[in-house]
Formats: sequence, structure tokens, C-alpha cells
Amino acid sequence: MFPLNDNGMISGLLCGVLFGYVLENAGFGSPVKLSAQFRLRDWAVFKVMFTAIVVAAVGLYALRFLGFLRPDSIAVPQAALVGAAFGGALVGAGFAIGGYCPGTSVAGVFSGRIDAIVFIVGVVAGTAAFSGLYGATLKSLKAGGLIAEGDTFADAYEISDPVMIGILVAALIAVFYLGSWFERRKGGPVTAQEAVEGACPLS
Amino acid sequence: MNATTKPGVKPFWPPLAAGVVLGLVLLLTFLLSGHGLGASGAANDLVAGIGLQVAPDATKAHGYLGPQVADGNPLGSWMSWEIVGVAIGALFAAFTAGRFRIQLDGERSVGSASRVVKALAGGFLAGFGARIAGGCTSGIGLSGAAALGVSAFVFLALFFVTGMIVSRLVRGV
Repeated sequence: MFPLNDNGMISGLLCGVLFGYVLENAGFGSPVKLSAQFRLRDWAVFKVMFTAIVVAAVGLYALRFLGFLRPDSIAVPQAALVGAAFGGALVGAGFAIGGYCPGTSVAGVFSGRIDAIVFIVGVVAGTAAFSGLYGATLKSLKAGGLIAEGDTFADAYEISDPVMIGILVAALIAVFYLGSWFERRKGGPVTAQEAVEGACPLS
Repeated sequence: MNATTKPGVKPFWPPLAAGVVLGLVLLLTFLLSGHGLGASGAANDLVAGIGLQVAPDATKAHGYLGPQVADGNPLGSWMSWEIVGVAIGALFAAFTAGRFRIQLDGERSVGSASRVVKALAGGFLAGFGARIAGGCTSGIGLSGAAALGVSAFVFLALFFVTGMIVSRLVRGV
């Protein structure tokens, strides 16, 4: 029965190597390609993320349905919605200004980008600052808006997993359709060649 | 751009293919470890680990870091090893596809000094924000959404809206 709950070195290294290999191949080591999502020129970030979310969600549901995965056995982030909203806004702002998020900055460093090293220094400094400033205010912000009923849509709003997966599939189709429409209008997604050459002057 | 095309730089994977493979990697991660992929947690483990070395008593008594170091040094955590793996995987991908190039990316569009300041400031905001949300784009946005967590979709909505607004005010790259 899954999950194996293996949190050792080999498990971490294996998942990490595969994650890093996909991130770089998707183009997510390039801050030019990543931040083009916010300018709506390149929708790879949302296309890749939504596809992965649907594939993993369907896989988890199917394995649970077939009895290979124990119910309620995988980690779900706590439904503290105020914390998620503030945190999401700050990570989005940091992404727009710095050109990466914490995970993609590692892919950036290991495809040769010095600015990604600087970004990681910033991430560690921001993390340390949070710990330094941690007190009643940050604690309540982090835990704010907690839904008592549960963390998943099934527990919090009684939206069953198949319905939720259906909504996600519809959102995925919309992201691909809308994204490709914007990409055609705004000059197309950032190619590997453009990404390797670095950011172009204002276009 | 075609005029400057050099041989040896392989194109990125199409988004659909990359997304399917990433989804399978995420599924494998859930099955092996019981949780999803992450990134900012490793920065947190680093800060807690350094704290434990430099000021053990203060770190153990700290309201946020204390519970994290109760079971020993977090530097050998699953997440720390995962990030080492991300580095290896990304390096292998970049090298084999001819996409490894040492550069200060963004220098050409905003200048080197501006780029360094923006990378630092952006990293700071993302690191701070990830601690408020309890994770970053991979831990909450990607893994949390695959687990059908409510907070993941709140995170992603605010992430996207704020990112769009800020990218119109500040040119980071």
C-alpha cells in the first residue's frame, strides 16, 4: 500500500533529480521565459503546471479508487486562506521582480545563471527575516482564515474529488486555448535559443 | 532571432509533454514520500540548521524555528536532498541540451546593477512570502493543487494577479 512514507536521502535525491530535469527541459531555468507568463507572452508556466496538477490529481484519485493508496494519507496544505493569499501575493511579486520562484531559481543556477544565485541569497534572507520577525502578528497572518471543516475541497465545501478534477480539466483546456491565443498575438513563446542568449532589450 | 541560431541548442519540451512528465514525477513523489515536491522548505531548513549551529539555545527556544529543530538538525531533511537532486537534474538537462551558459540573465534588458538588486529583492519577497503561505509555487501551488487543497488555489490566484500587476510596474528581467 502506498504511500511508502520514505523520507530518506535516496527518495529525496531521486524525486529532486527528476524534478530538476523536467524544470530545465520545460524552460523554467530562464527568468525571461518564466516572467513572460506575467506579460502573457509565454504561457508555459501555467500550461505545464495545470497539466501536471491534472495528471497527478487523476493518478492519486485512480490509485485510491483501486485500493493502492490509503485514503487521507497524503499531505494537503492547511487551509489557512489568509496566509495562502498573502504568501501567494508576495511570491508572485517576488517572481515578477526577481524572475524566479524558489524552485526554478535552483534550475536557473544550474543552467549557469548568476542572477539566480543572487535570488537564492534573497530567498534565504527573506526566510531568515521571517524567523527574526516571527511573533503574534506573523503567526496570526500565517494561520489566518483557517477553514475548520478541512483542507480539501471535499472536506471544506463538499465538492467531491471527481467533480473537482472535472473542473480542473476544464480549466486546463481553457489555459491551453486562451494561452495559445495570447501567445500568437504577443510574438510567441520564448524559445530555447532566446532564453540561452539572455534577456533581450525592451521589446 | 533565426539569424543568430547556433547549432547545439535543443528546443524546450512542448508544455503538454513537460506537464505530463512533471505530473508523473509529482505522483511518484506522493507515492514514495507521502507529500509533494517543494523548494522553499529547504531554505527554511538551512536557516534553522545554521541557527542550531550558531545559537543552539536561542534556536531551540524560538517560536517558529524551535519545533523544527526538536528532532535534530533539519539540514539532512528530505527537502534538502530533493534540492540537491534538483541541482543535479537541471545541470544534466542544461548540459545535454546545449543550454548551459554562464550569464547574468536580465543584464541586457535592465543593466547589471539593477538586475542584481531586483534578483535580491525578488528572492527576499518570495522567501518571506513562502513562509507566510507555508510553501512556494511548487509546495503549495503545484503539490497542494494536485492534492485538491483549497489553499493552493487561493495561493495560485493571488500569485498570478499580483505577479501580473507588479510586472507592469517593475521590469525585473
